[in-house]
Amino acid sequence: MTGEPIGVLDRVARVGATALGVLRALGRHADFLIELLKSVPVALRRFYLVVAQIHAIGNYSLVIIVASGLAVGFVLGLQGYYTLSRYGAAESLGLLVALSLVRELGPVVTALLFAGRAGTSLTAEIGLMKAGEQLAAMEMMAVDPRARVLAPRFIGGLVAMPFLAALFSAVGILGGYVVGVGLIGIDPGAFWAQMQSGVDVWDDVGNGIIKSIVFGLACTFVALYQGYETQATPEGVAQATTRTVVISSLAVLALDFILTAAMFSTP
Amino acid sequence: MGRKSIETLVGLFVLLGFLAIVFLALQAANLASFSRGATYTLTARFDNIGGLKVRAPVKSAGVTVGRISAISLDTKTFQGVVSMEIDKRFEFPADTSAKILTAGLLGDQYLGLEPGGDDKNLAAGDAIKMTQSAVVLENLIGQFLYSKAAEGSDDKGGKSESSGKSDKRGEKKK
Repeated sequence: MTGEPIGVLDRVARVGATALGVLRALGRHADFLIELLKSVPVALRRFYLVVAQIHAIGNYSLVIIVASGLAVGFVLGLQGYYTLSRYGAAESLGLLVALSLVRELGPVVTALLFAGRAGTSLTAEIGLMKAGEQLAAMEMMAVDPRARVLAPRFIGGLVAMPFLAALFSAVGILGGYVVGVGLIGIDPGAFWAQMQSGVDVWDDVGNGIIKSIVFGLACTFVALYQGYETQATPEGVAQATTRTVVISSLAVLALDFILTAAMFSTP
Repeated sequence: MGRKSIETLVGLFVLLGFLAIVFLALQAANLASFSRGATYTLTARFDNIGGLKVRAPVKSAGVTVGRISAISLDTKTFQGVVSMEIDKRFEFPADTSAKILTAGLLGDQYLGLEPGGDDKNLAAGDAIKMTQSAVVLENLIGQFLYSKAAEGSDDKGGKSESSGKSDKRGEKKK
C-alpha cells in the first residue's frame, strides 16, 4: 500500500485539495461580498445606523490619524531636507513632502492604521455578537443581520476612509511646513510654490483619493468577513482579530503596488 | 449619546474631511491655475523634443500661458509634433518662434514662445513655423569634440584627409 504510485497520487491529491480550498475560500468571499452589497440599499434606508457607524469608525479614529499624520509630516520634513540639501534643492521640500503624502503615504499609512484601529474593533464586535449568538437571535426574529449589522459598518468604513486619508495628508503637509519653514527656515513662498507647480489635482490628489477608497473597501470587507466567519469561541475571536490586521495590511500593500503601477507608471 | 449629538459629530467629521480635500486641491495642488477659461490649440514641429512631456507648461517671457496637450511623431518627416493649449487671453504674432527650454540645470523641460513682429496673430489650429529643438547633451558633446578635433588638425597644418572631412561636416552643421 505504501508503493511509489500511491505516494505520487497522494501528493497530487494534496495539491488538488489545496487548490479546491483556495477556490472555496474565494467563493465564500465573493458570496459574502455580493450578499453585503445586496443589503447596502436596505441599510441606507435606515440611515441613522450608518451615521452611528461613521461616528464609531471615523470620529474615533481622528486622533490617531491626525497624530500620525503630523508625526509623518515632521519626519518627512527633516529627512527630506537632509537629502535635498545635498543636491542644493532644499526649496523643493514642499514638493517632496506633498507628493509622498498625497500619492503614497497618506492612503497607505491611513489604511494600515485604519485596519489596526477600526478593523479590529469591527471584527471583535461582530465576532462576539456571533459568539453570543446575537446574530442567530436576529435571524430568529426575521431580522437580516447583514442588513442590520454588517452593511451599515461597511458603508461607514467606506465613507470614513477617504476623509481620514485626506486629513492625514493635509495634516502631514502642515507638519512638513512647520518643520521646513518654522524649524529649518526654508522660504515659505518657495515651499508652497514648488508644491503647487508639481502636484497635479487629478493625477496626484485624485488618484490618492481613489486609492484610499479602494483601501477602505478592502480593509472594511476583510474585517467584516473575518468577524462574520469567526469561530464562536474566545480563541476564535482572538484569531479572527489577528487575521484581520494581517490580511488587511498585506492586502493594502499588495493593492497599493498594483494601483501605483496602474496609475503612475504611464509615460 | 443621543442621535442628534452623534449626527452633529459625524457632520463635523465629514466637514473636516472635505476641508482636508479642499486644502489638498487648492493649497497643495493649486486647482485654481488649472481651471482657466477657454483655450485654443497651436502645433509646432521639432526635430527633437528632448524630454518634453504632456502637461508641461508653455511660457512666454517666463509667464505660463498654456500647456502641452499632446505629443506625437509625424511618420513622413520623422519630426515630433507638439500640440499645445494656449489661454484665449494671450495671442501671439504669426511669426512667433518656439523653443524647448529647461527650467534650471536639472529641471523639467518646457516650451518657450518668443513673439515676432507680425501684424497678424496666430489663430486656432495654426502651426508655429520657426522652432528650435531641445538641446541633447550627447549631441552637444559630440559637436564639441568634433570642433576640437578639427582645431587640432588645423594647428598641425597638415592637409590630411580627416581635416577636409571635418571641414565639410562643419559647414553642414552651420
